[in-house]
Amino acid sequence: MKLTLKIWRQENATTKGKMVDYIIDGIDGDMSFLEMLDVLNEELVNKGEQPVEFDHDCREGICGSCSLQINGQPHGPDKLVTTCQLHMRTFKDGDTIVIEPFRAKAFPVIKDLIVDRTAFDRIQQAYGYISVNTSGKTIDANSIPIEKEKADDSFNAATCIGCGACVAACKNASAMLFTSAKVSQFALLPQGEVEADRRVLAMVDQMDKEGFGNCTNTGACELECPKGISLENIARMNREYLKASIK
Amino acid sequence: MGGLLKSSVAKKFAMALSGLFLVLFLAQHFTINLTSVISPDSFNEISHFMGTNFLVQAILQPVLIFGVVFHFIMGFVLEIQNRNARAISYVRYNGSANSSWMSRNMIYSGAVVLAFLGLHFYDFWVPELVHKYLESHPADATRYYGELVAKFVSPVRTGLYVISFIFLMLHLLHGFSSSFQSMGVKNKYQKGLEGFQGSASRWVYGLTKGFAIVIPLGFIFIALFHYFNNA
Repeated sequence: MKLTLKIWRQENATTKGKMVDYIIDGIDGDMSFLEMLDVLNEELVNKGEQPVEFDHDCREGICGSCSLQINGQPHGPDKLVTTCQLHMRTFKDGDTIVIEPFRAKAFPVIKDLIVDRTAFDRIQQAYGYISVNTSGKTIDANSIPIEKEKADDSFNAATCIGCGACVAACKNASAMLFTSAKVSQFALLPQGEVEADRRVLAMVDQMDKEGFGNCTNTGACELECPKGISLENIARMNREYLKASIK
Repeated sequence: MGGLLKSSVAKKFAMALSGLFLVLFLAQHFTINLTSVISPDSFNEISHFMGTNFLVQAILQPVLIFGVVFHFIMGFVLEIQNRNARAISYVRYNGSANSSWMSRNMIYSGAVVLAFLGLHFYDFWVPELVHKYLESHPADATRYYGELVAKFVSPVRTGLYVISFIFLMLHLLHGFSSSFQSMGVKNKYQKGLEGFQGSASRWVYGLTKGFAIVIPLGFIFIALFHYFNNA
């Protein structure tokens, strides 16, 4: 497969970036998208040029490290996959592929395709946890009966890998899906209910401070999320927040 | 309570609430306008009541004006914040792959409706104020139908009304159902009532979409009815 790649190149956070064209040949359909970039980088290094920097880690679709806006969609055109799980068979010989970093004011570009997603860490640190008293009086979580529906919803919310595709897909660069998933996974369980009010207020407050946009309910985040996190979580977070605000 | 008016969630809640209020107003306005097609006398009678009743004029009208102004100002405030949240745009952005045109362009459909309101106020509200307060005409309960019909003689004005109602439809197709999500009640409907899982959600969703199509089409019908009756 021979492809034309249009890739965002940016030296560092303070310099201006630009799109650079690369022609790449000999790409196999069974390669992952990141393996295709590995091939490109090998060629660039052999030519004495700077390789294209991009985030990656597990390459199994679970760590949330890889990002990339591919042809205008986060993680590319396939549904429910991360960039590392996207395969080149999705594209055709002769295609032009536009590769950009996830764009948001709260996700500044560090270099090339790598963005700083620590805004998500700060939202988590604001109250994305349960304060467990480890004095010896803790109850085994498995001994607390929980409705199956709630347990399933909580588990599904907890599958969010924090990759930032929701922010990248949203026309407003809103982080509502991420934040709501983190709020929901705790709010649905008895262990999390105790601090639910404080949690939702603190996490939404931090989300706003980071400079993410507002939710317009376009649904783009849900469709582009590699883990299929539901919009229901945003409705739940809105409800939790409004309830906590008027108390 | 202070936080309720500052955060992104609160702003969207206020936006949804004002939008739902305007939806109720639209239903009421449409019902009154429809009488102009069915019975000119009834239209005159209701219009006279609305134009002279103290409760409507002194309380409901200011509340309505506040609702309209608040909805538009908040819409623009949110739009500016949203644009600032992505300082550098994508070279390629495939929005149609994951969202509807209506949901992505609420600001534009809203702006057309705002421009239409300007025309509508110029056509009906300003002459009404002049008639009542500047020229101090005696109360005439039979003038309303004639004034309405006179506006739809012009094909340009009628065309502008039709185009505006199409944009109102596009605005409502996303905005009405979306308001439930912003207010956090969508989940409740999605779960449905016990024994009717899912049905309540579909019912509410269908109702919002039906309203978004039927009411603007109804307004278009009324405008065209008077235009062709004048012809």
